[in-house]
This record gives sequence, C-alpha cells and structure tokens, in this order.
Amino acid sequence: MTFPELPEGRVLPVVTAPATVLSTVGDEVDPTDPAVLQLAADLVATMKVSAGCVGLAAPQVGVGVQVFCVNVVGHPKAATVHGTFALCNAKIIEASRWKAGREGCMSVPDLTGDVKRAGRIVVEAVLPGTGEAVTITTDAFEARALQHEIDHCAGNLFLDKVAGAHAIYQRKVYL
Amino acid sequence: MHELAITVIGPDRTGIVADVAEALAGVGANLTDSTMTRLRGHFAMTLICTGPTAAEAEKALESLAGVTTAVRQVSPEASGGGDGEAWVVSVHGADRLGIVAAVTREVAGAGGNITDLSTRLVGSLYVLIAEADLPAGAGDELAQHLAVAASELGVEVTLRRAEPEIL
Ligand SMILES: [Zn+2]
Repeated sequence: MTFPELPEGRVLPVVTAPATVLSTVGDEVDPTDPAVLQLAADLVATMKVSAGCVGLAAPQVGVGVQVFCVNVVGHPKAATVHGTFALCNAKIIEASRWKAGREGCMSVPDLTGDVKRAGRIVVEAVLPGTGEAVTITTDAFEARALQHEIDHCAGNLFLDKVAGAHAIYQRKVYL
Repeated sequence: MHELAITVIGPDRTGIVADVAEALAGVGANLTDSTMTRLRGHFAMTLICTGPTAAEAEKALESLAGVTTAVRQVSPEASGGGDGEAWVVSVHGADRLGIVAAVTREVAGAGGNITDLSTRLVGSLYVLIAEADLPAGAGDELAQHLAVAASELGVEVTLRRAEPEIL
C-alpha cells in the first residue's frame, strides 16, 4: 500500500494530561477538507521531531477529532510496517492475539503502563486529502501503536486500560 | 507459631531491603507475603512473617538506622479469601482533595473489596488504579455510580473486568 504525500507540516505543541481534550470523544472529520490534510501533516511533523514518538493523535495537539499518524519504522518490536502514514475516522474491525505490553504516551510523559492490546488487527479508515477508503491489516508493534492512537481519538488514554494497580510505572524519580 | 505484621518505612537507600530481610532472618523469621515499593523516594515495606515473637522481631529491626518500624502479632487468615469478580478501576485527572475517598467509598458501597491500590501524583496529573473484588453482577451499577462521582470530582474514570492470563 502507498500513502499519498502530505503537505509541509508545522510542529505543534503537545498537550498533556490532565487536559479535557484528551478525555473527549473526537469528532469524525471530512477527510477531503484541506484543514484536515494540514492537520495530518502537522501531526507527522510533530511526531518526527519528538524523540521516541511512534504515533500522535489530533487530541494530543488540542484538536478533538479522529485523525492520527503513526510511524514504527525500525522499531525492534515491529513486524509488519506500513511506513509513515496518517488516517482519519479509523475503526478496528477485527482484533485478535491479545498480549500485554508496556507503553508510554507523549501526553502522559511521566508514566508508562502495561496494557493488553491485540497483536493482530484490521482497521478501516479514510486517507486525509483524497478521502480514499483503506483497510489496513497489521500486527505486533504497529498494531499496538494504531490501537493507542485510535483510543486517543475516542478520548481514552492508556491509563484507562492498564492491567492493574501495579501496572503503572514512574519514568522519573522524584527525590 | 507467631504470625507478625511488620511495616518498615524510611528514606530509600541501596541495601535497605537486604538489611531488613537479613535482620529478620537472623531471628528465624520466615517471610510469607510481602510488598515493597518507593513512594516519592520513601522506602515502604509491609510484610507478614512467621517464627519469632514480636519482641524478638522488634529487637532485630532496632539495628536498622533511620527507619520507622512497627511490629504487631496478627491472627492467621481465616479463609482463602477472594471470591467475587475481579475488576480494575482507573481514575485520572487534575489533583484535588478527596479523590481516593470518593472512589473507594463507591466501591465499598457496591459491596466491593479493594485488593490492591496505587496512586501517583506526577506534575498536576493524579492517577489512581484500584483492583477490587465485586459481588457477581455488581459491576454495571458501580460503573454508573463511579461516573457520577467522577464528574463531580472533574476526573475520568473507567471500570473494567480484570481478565487473568492463564498460560
Ligand atoms: Zn498517546
């Protein structure tokens, strides 16, 4: 699958929890709206300048809509990799091979958590710009990243899905 | 056989767990269930052990510098515990007074027993994760009550079944 090229993006500030937009269900978008195409490009630009960032969703830049991008190229836990791409109005239509794994989030910079995610998913979405409908089948780390971003678009953080009381971990030590 | 409940709290430092374990081993204490964590840089350990008397354990722990200890004799657990359905509650939002009290009171009101709890304050974000055993079928009503409590507190809450991984 090839994804259409996006325009030049701007780097946007990332909002962190507790911010209302992160817990608000994102609206569906018109993927052919030029503003949506620009937002997708901005998300990619912001993801690219952020160290270790493998995905970014519109609510994380303060926009409560269902647009996100991912890029797991070169990640050691990735198997199937589709490169850098942005999706609108994405829905998971199949999910299987559930497995726990540790994940973090630019919007929750001080914590990581163990979250059970499907190791194989099928996602239906539309592409920003063209509005072309796509079906993406993926697995392993790319599947985890897509589920994390689709959760953002639905107003959910990994904190809403952690496995238990001892499944969150502090990234920094406060002394 | 004496069964003791012991807590040890103090500034965290390298070797503190080994020091506690060694002191207790020196008086023949057998550690059964124990938990240790760091809370904002404080070492906090709670354990149950069998073997020595409370006085023997207290004396052994006196050698540890800079920590607060408490030793108390307890009666052995009556039953195997834990029936009901296992659930997990997540709460996150801006820090404010009374989040833990309000959420845990709702769980108690549903007849739920909290079996594990942790909270973290990072920056202005407050996170509470609790595991609870609920009476069968009590989940849906508790979810509604938690949603009301959460909106009053201005925080987000989710309640979901904890599915054990049996491999
Ligand atoms: Zn995230």
